[in-house]
Amino acid sequence: MSTTDLTTNHEIEDSSPASPAKRLIPTEWREFIIEGIIRVAGVSTIFIVGLIFLFLLREGLPAFLDIPLRQLFGKARWYPIEGYFGLLPLLVGSIMVTVGSVIIAVPLGLTTAIYLGEIAPPWQREILKPLIEVLAGIPSIVLGFLGWVALAPLIQRFGAPTGLTAFTGSLILAYMALPTIISISEDALYAVPKEYRDGALAIGATQWQTIWRVVLPAAKSGLVIAVMLGIGRAIGETMAVMMVTGNAANIPALGSNMFFQPVRTMTATIAAEMGEVAQGTLHYNVLFGIGIVLFSITFGINSLASRLVGGQSTRRRRGQL
Amino acid sequence: MNVYQFGSRWSSQNSLWPLLLIISLATLILPACGSGPDTAEAAPDELERAIQNKGSDTLVNLALAWAEKYREVDPSVSIAVTGGGSGTGIAALINGTVDIANASRQMKAEEIAAARENGIDPVEFTVAIDALAVVVHPDNPVSQLTIDQLADIFTGRITNWRDVGGNDAPIIILSRETNSGTHVYFLEEVVRKGDKENEDIFAPQTLLMPSSVGITSEIRRNPNAIGYDGLGYVTEHEKTIAVAKDSHSPYVRPSVETGADGSYPIARGLYMYTAGEPTDVIAEYLDWIRGPAGQAIVAQLGFVPLTKE
Repeated sequence: MSTTDLTTNHEIEDSSPASPAKRLIPTEWREFIIEGIIRVAGVSTIFIVGLIFLFLLREGLPAFLDIPLRQLFGKARWYPIEGYFGLLPLLVGSIMVTVGSVIIAVPLGLTTAIYLGEIAPPWQREILKPLIEVLAGIPSIVLGFLGWVALAPLIQRFGAPTGLTAFTGSLILAYMALPTIISISEDALYAVPKEYRDGALAIGATQWQTIWRVVLPAAKSGLVIAVMLGIGRAIGETMAVMMVTGNAANIPALGSNMFFQPVRTMTATIAAEMGEVAQGTLHYNVLFGIGIVLFSITFGINSLASRLVGGQSTRRRRGQL
Repeated sequence: MNVYQFGSRWSSQNSLWPLLLIISLATLILPACGSGPDTAEAAPDELERAIQNKGSDTLVNLALAWAEKYREVDPSVSIAVTGGGSGTGIAALINGTVDIANASRQMKAEEIAAARENGIDPVEFTVAIDALAVVVHPDNPVSQLTIDQLADIFTGRITNWRDVGGNDAPIIILSRETNSGTHVYFLEEVVRKGDKENEDIFAPQTLLMPSSVGITSEIRRNPNAIGYDGLGYVTEHEKTIAVAKDSHSPYVRPSVETGADGSYPIARGLYMYTAGEPTDVIAEYLDWIRGPAGQAIVAQLGFVPLTKE
């Protein structure tokens, strides 16, 4: 990729008339400066992530040192104003809401993407794609409000003790993750060369067989990225979740109705309690400790995604470009 | 595919433009960042005397009404009122970012210690009394409870309405978030029945609502929910429960009258805290609040005015 890039650069430069700025600074210097800027931009991202992590560690590490891990990740409850710092209910809450949203959003998102990319006639695609982008543009607080006003009473009517449940949160989050999943998987499907489809159809495969056996495996890495980014979007969401999940720091008993119980997520806990704590107190440190846990989870998801995608499939993607 | 286009676009035109743009933007932004806060802070003080007032959501409507009315008394003073909860206001006072902190509970000893550590000596003013109403859905047959029963409900020892004379249905417990002074007051006076040794806390399945509105709207649509809120915030969609101190005492419904004469058992003071003894503008404002003009507004909003000592 990089070699073709450079040669085209030179060709066009040589043929174009020299401008005043180009006469002042030799080409080598200009490239040196531009490369420098690009390098700084690239490295600064890593640098900033590093700084954020250091800051989180500085503020949050005392929590893990002062409170025994057995309390943090044991059976203790979460009731910080009386010194109960059990993170397990919050962790379970976040995981339940996120897993629920993934279960809802991934099949819906992938099938929508397949329909858009492979089956829908162009005129339908032209209507649907902008609409999905509008969905992506809805502020999360608006979706949260919608969930609070419309969705929660509906779920209560279906027999849940209250409408503010993990499931309500999952539904809202699923709708928030959908546009991400759809547009990225649609791009991944689009990147599959037309020859693959032509080849499959030519040897007698039906359209469905082509999609299932040829196009989807070819686009696998892109689809994995789409799902992972969707999960990332879901686990970090705060305000909408805070409005619809009921915020009860309770681990629901295992069973068929466990998703219809209120839960409290880690993000909502940080948002609800950050304004209240005095800086430097244990509670303050624990909230940053929750930040560390969240950071580790998203970091884990991202590394998992790059491992799943990495190696062979990366080379294939480059080849396509 | 796009790579080719980018390459040609960059090199055929003047490739120094992005660089110049970045540098000029940086020179514009960097100095602005440095000097921003100082100028912003100094300006309002010179033009207008401003009071920053923050804290309790129970007090926020009252504080807003006072601030609005005080505009007519002294137009040169502008008062900025924000809510967020008593804990939020007190934390802001400790961190030195507000002039007056509103609180629906008294400051804890460790909070006062934290403030002193920052060189701030908090001074307390009682500004009104609030009766705390326990509310349920109007269709709920239960209409009176003792403090003991309330404690059992909110700690999760009683989980079904049938145990307190209601329908056979699970009890949904609603509470404000832990940064609310109302939450702390209710914990101390109802859940722990005023007993300092008692270490009971709210049941884990308690739904913590970020705002008063959260409690109101959930009560309105859920016939099995029970919650509590300041009397000034109770709407016609909620039914207030008559509360008795113990099984021998009479059940009393919350109202401005029963709050003022002390017969309603769950009533508390509402406070304002200043950083050190208040001076000129802030002192005048607090005097006015505690005077007849300010207390008249207290009664209008459904709170209980201070009795003349």
